[in-house]
Amino acid sequence: MCLAVPMKIVKLTGTDAVVELGGVQRHINLALLSDSELKIGDYVIVHAGFAIQKLDNADAEERLKLLQEMLELL
Amino acid sequence: MRYMDEYRNPELGRKLLGKIEETLRKFPTKIAVMEVCGTHTMSIARAGIGRLLAGKVGLLSGPGCPVCVTPNDYMDRAVAWARCKDVIIATFGDMMKVPGSTSNLYREKVAGAQIAIVYSPLEAIGIAEACPSRKVIFLAIGFETTAPTIAATIKCAREKNLKNFFIHCGHKLVPPAMRALVNDPELRIDGFICPGHVSAIIGSHPYEFIAREYYIPCVITGFEPLDILEAVWMIVNQISRGNHATVEIQYTRAVKPAGNPNALSLMNEVFEPVDSIWRGLGTIPESGLIIQESYADFDAVKRMPVAVEETREHPACICGMILRGVRLPVDCPLFRTMCNPENPIGPCMVSSEGACAAYLKYENR
Repeated sequence: MCLAVPMKIVKLTGTDAVVELGGVQRHINLALLSDSELKIGDYVIVHAGFAIQKLDNADAEERLKLLQEMLELL
Repeated sequence: MRYMDEYRNPELGRKLLGKIEETLRKFPTKIAVMEVCGTHTMSIARAGIGRLLAGKVGLLSGPGCPVCVTPNDYMDRAVAWARCKDVIIATFGDMMKVPGSTSNLYREKVAGAQIAIVYSPLEAIGIAEACPSRKVIFLAIGFETTAPTIAATIKCAREKNLKNFFIHCGHKLVPPAMRALVNDPELRIDGFICPGHVSAIIGSHPYEFIAREYYIPCVITGFEPLDILEAVWMIVNQISRGNHATVEIQYTRAVKPAGNPNALSLMNEVFEPVDSIWRGLGTIPESGLIIQESYADFDAVKRMPVAVEETREHPACICGMILRGVRLPVDCPLFRTMCNPENPIGPCMVSSEGACAAYLKYENR
């Protein structure tokens, strides 16, 4: 039910966007992120036709890198 | 696929598993970790993480599936509306085969009821605009992940001045249910895997009472195998350090400590908390949402009275105990024989995220 997937913004039109995942495109609503700056190429988490959160790219890469380093060091 | 494939790296997974095992060696007994999100239930079962950790960490599945915790009378009311000639029921697909006391929506649709399956609640608004002579009732169930999407939909209906669009509000809130679980004398929980997408909305602060008052570590977790293994490792490390429990965020790429403030303020504008009945857990204080008075013209229960049949439960179904984590699906006398995906008797079998459906599909080979 709380299933939500990371999708890439390919088109922005005001409060709506077109997002893509694995070649599948969907129209979604951005009302829940109206205070975030969004641009084409950003990833958002999509649930029930709405973007519920913007994905933090820098954080995602940093965290994976840290995890990798930590596992090798320990 | 970005943000998914890199979290499915088997080599890193094996290393994490090794670390978990190493830390657990000094623990005298197996530890019990509970997740309270149906998407976690499915991810754990699909990746076989339960089996990988068997003997060291007991992974319990809690009341994390909104379809499963919704009591029968909610479905009975939906069935009663579906039988009205001028009503169109709009719903997420998960709800179609959920058993009510004597019927379900799928059966009503076969019998001629007008029921539309939608992906987004906004589609239900489109139906209401296209069919002005009908009343469209959207079945709004779900946790904090879904509630803001319904709040935005209700506001949209208000802007469009729709008079034939209604919400059957069955939303539930996760942290109050977690309090009920930790107060359950039959349960022992050493750590919580907190739901990632609920937390994308509510942030990390609403779980702090669990760490502070009950000394139980909480880790907000993503949904890929590496996310889940890392979260278990974080919980194990907190227990091993033994000083004090905290709420940590593993799923930092999507969850901020303050959550999504914009979504929260929409939710608070449209809904207010109310005591709510959970299947298996009973009435939990302030664990549900109702539509605020200022938006009451969209509240189906208030605006569209209907006679509802007397609620009945299947006497042998143990979904309630499975949802509390005190029994496993295989403990149920109906499991796989009388109750199966083709003929589900309890909600944990019908929902794709239910513990029984997950167990049957992945664990019971």
